[in-house]
Amino acid sequence: MASNFFNSRSGPKTSVKHTVDPALQPWVEKYRPKTIDDVSAQDHTVAVLRKTLTSTNLPHMLFYGPPGTGKTSTILALARQLFGPDNFKNRVLELNASDERGIAIVREKIKGFARQTPRAQAVASDGKTYPCPPYKIIILDEADSMTQDAQGALRRIMETYARITRFCLVCNYVTRIIEPLASRCSKFRFTPLNPESAASRLTYIAQQEHIDVNKPVIDALINVSNGDLRRAITYLQSASRLSSTSVPPTPILPSDIQEIAGVVPDKIVNDLARTLGIDIDDDMDMDSSMPPKFNFSAIQKKVKGIIREGYSATQVLSQLHDLVVLHPILNSKQKSACALVFAEADKALCDGSDEELWILEIALRVHKAVSS
Amino acid sequence: MSLWVDQYRPKSLDGLHYHRGLSQRLKSLAASGDFPHLLFYGPSGAGKKTRIACTLREIFGPGVEKLKIDQRVFLSPSRRKLEINLVQSNYHIEITPSEAGNYDRVVIQEILKEIAQTQQVDLNAKQRFKVVVINEADSLSRDAQAALRRTMEKYMSNMRIILCANSTSRLIAPIKSRCLLMRVAAPDSEEMTSVLLHVAKKENLNMPEEAIEKIVEDSSGNLRKALLVMEALKMQSPNLTGSLSIAKPDWETYCHKVADLIVGEQSPARVMEVRTKFYELLSHCIPPTVILKTVAERVVERVDESLKADIMHWAAFYETRMRIGNKKIFHLEAWAVKVMSLYKHFFFDIDMSSFD
Ligand SMILES: Nc1ncnc2c1ncn2[C@@H]1O[C@H](COP(=O)(O)OP(=O)(O)O)[C@@H](O)[C@H]1O
Ligand SMILES: [Mg+2]
Repeated sequence: MASNFFNSRSGPKTSVKHTVDPALQPWVEKYRPKTIDDVSAQDHTVAVLRKTLTSTNLPHMLFYGPPGTGKTSTILALARQLFGPDNFKNRVLELNASDERGIAIVREKIKGFARQTPRAQAVASDGKTYPCPPYKIIILDEADSMTQDAQGALRRIMETYARITRFCLVCNYVTRIIEPLASRCSKFRFTPLNPESAASRLTYIAQQEHIDVNKPVIDALINVSNGDLRRAITYLQSASRLSSTSVPPTPILPSDIQEIAGVVPDKIVNDLARTLGIDIDDDMDMDSSMPPKFNFSAIQKKVKGIIREGYSATQVLSQLHDLVVLHPILNSKQKSACALVFAEADKALCDGSDEELWILEIALRVHKAVSS
Repeated sequence: MSLWVDQYRPKSLDGLHYHRGLSQRLKSLAASGDFPHLLFYGPSGAGKKTRIACTLREIFGPGVEKLKIDQRVFLSPSRRKLEINLVQSNYHIEITPSEAGNYDRVVIQEILKEIAQTQQVDLNAKQRFKVVVINEADSLSRDAQAALRRTMEKYMSNMRIILCANSTSRLIAPIKSRCLLMRVAAPDSEEMTSVLLHVAKKENLNMPEEAIEKIVEDSSGNLRKALLVMEALKMQSPNLTGSLSIAKPDWETYCHKVADLIVGEQSPARVMEVRTKFYELLSHCIPPTVILKTVAERVVERVDESLKADIMHWAAFYETRMRIGNKKIFHLEAWAVKVMSLYKHFFFDIDMSSFD
C-alpha cells in the first residue's frame, strides 16, 4: 500500500472522529423526532406506545411499513424516553442491515447481549427521571434483510430471555419475517404520511432553517416523495443548498425540486404521450388537437430525444404509467394492455436491460394499445 | 501527441462550453462549506467525466491533476486475490468497482473505510474532505450499493462521494436520495457545432459547414465520437479538399452489412452467414447490446412500416434474455431468425392475399 493517499493518516486509526458540524448535518438526522410525540401521523401507534411509557411492560414488537414513515425514529425515541441518555448505551443494542447479521452474529453478539442481566440504573446526569424498566431492548432494523436461518436462530433467544430482553424488529415487508417470529410480536403498521402531516413537518423544518418555501414547493416535495418523509426532507435540503449557494441567492422553485428528484418534466412526458396517440388536455398549441398519425420514426425520434436528455427509463416508465392509469378517456381494455407492458418493462429494467430499447418498446406497445 | 478529445478537454468549470447553468451550480457548491455527495448521470459522451474533473479542480486547485495510478490487491471473502487499478491524487481517488466483478462490495468497503480514516494532509487544502469518484456506478451490485448506503452517512465528515452513471435506473433508492442528482444531458446540435468549431479554430482548420453538420448528425449527442470523427477526417485529407466522406467506424459498417444480409435473403444459409458475422463482431469486443441495437435500427430503416414495431419488440425481448443468459451469440442469432421469419411471413401474406 505505497500510496500517499492512504498513508496520510494522522496518528492511530481511532483518532479521526466522525463528528459532523451541526450546520452540515443532514436534516433527516437533525430533525429526527426526539420523543414519540414528535412523530407525525402515526397516531394509533404513538397512542399505544405512550401507554408503555407509564407501565413497566413492553411486548416484543414488529414495526412494518414503507421507507421514511418514522419506524426507526419511533423506536429510537421510545428507547430514549424509557432509559434516558445515560442508560441508553448499556440497555439498547441497535443493529441494521449494514452490520454483519449472519447466523454467527445472532448466536454470539445478539445472544450475548440478550442474556446479560440488565445493569443497575445509572443516575441520570440531566436531572430528569426515566422509567428505566428492568429489561434491555434489541432493535433489529431492516430485519427483512436477515436470512431465514438467522431469523430462525432468533426465535429461541427471544423466548429464553423474554424476561430481561425485548426485541423490536423493523422492516418494510412483514411477509419477509418468518411466521414464528412475527407471531411473537405485537405488530405496528406504519402508513405513508398523509399530505397534511408531511406538509406541516416540512414547513416546520423550513421555518427552523430560515428558508423561504411557498405552497407550490411544498406540494412538489410531497408529490415526488409519495409519503416518504425522508426523501422529502432530503430534497428540501438539497434545494435549499443550491438556492443559497447561487449568486445571487435564488428562491426555490417547484421545478428545482423535480430536477433534484430526477423527475421528468411534465411537458416532456405529455409530449411523448401525445406522439403515442393519447389525448392530453393541457394548454399546448392548437394543432395538438389533431390526432397525430402513427409513425414509427416519429416515436423513435421522441425516444431518442429522451435518452439524450439523460432521463432514466424507470422514471419515464413510472410517470407514463400514472398518466395512462389515471387517464379520463382511455378505456379499461386499453389501460390493461398498457399495464401489461409496464410490468414487463419494469422487470426488464430491473434485470438491467437496455433503456432505449425498452422505452421504445413501451412507447410502441402503448401506442398499439391506445389506437386499437 | 494526444488526441483532440484529450487535448481540448476543458480543465475548469468556466471552460466548459455548454450547460452553463449546471457549471454555475457546481461552482457555487464547490465554494460552499456544504458540499454534498453527487450523482452525475446522462448518456455517454455527454461530458460527465470532464465535468467531474473540472469540479474537483474547482474544489482543490490544480493539485488534483497530479495523478498517479497504482495497483492494489484486495482479498475476497474466499481469500482470492483481486487486483484493482486506482487512479488518485492527494485529494481524490477514482475507482471503477465493476473491475472487481462480484466482489465489488469488498473493494468499496475497504477503500471507503480507509479513506474515511485518513485526513487531508495538505493543510492549505480548501476543503477538509477527500473525494471518492466511483465510475460506472450503475453496474455496482446490490450488495455493494447497500454497503455504500450506510457509509455515505457515517463518514460524511471527511469524505464525499461522486458517482458517475449512465442512468439512475439501476441504483437503489436510498443511494439516490443521499446524493444531489446532476443530470448531464447530451449537448444539442448547436452546442456540438460550437465545440467542433472551437476545436477547428484552434487547429487552424477550415471545416466546411456541411461536414460539421454531417458529423453532428452522425454522432447523436456523443461529443467524444464527434471529435474523434473530425480528427479522423483531418488525417484522411489534411487540407480538406475534394469530397469529404465521413467514415463510420468499421464495426458500424459491419453491423449495417449484417442488417442488409438479413433483409436481402431469408434462408438457413443466410442465417449461417449472419452468425459468422455476429461472431466476428463479438470477437472484436463490440458489446452485444450495441451490435443488436445497431443492426436492428438499420433493419427497421429498410423494411415496411408495419414490420418496424415487431422488429424492435423482439430486439428488446432478446436483449433482456441476452443480459440474463450466458451465450450472447444464441440470442443475437435467435433475434436474426425471428426477424427473417417475420419478414418472410409479411411477403407471404401479401402473396396470399393476391390470390383472393
Ligand atoms: N412520522 C414521522 N414524523 C416525523 N418525522 C418523520 C416521520 N417519518 C419520517 N420522518 C423523518 O424522516 C426521517 C427518516 O425516518 P425513519 O424513522 O428513519 O424512517 P423509516 O420508517 O424508514 O425507519 C427521520 O429522520 C425524520 O426526520
Ligand atoms: Mg429505518
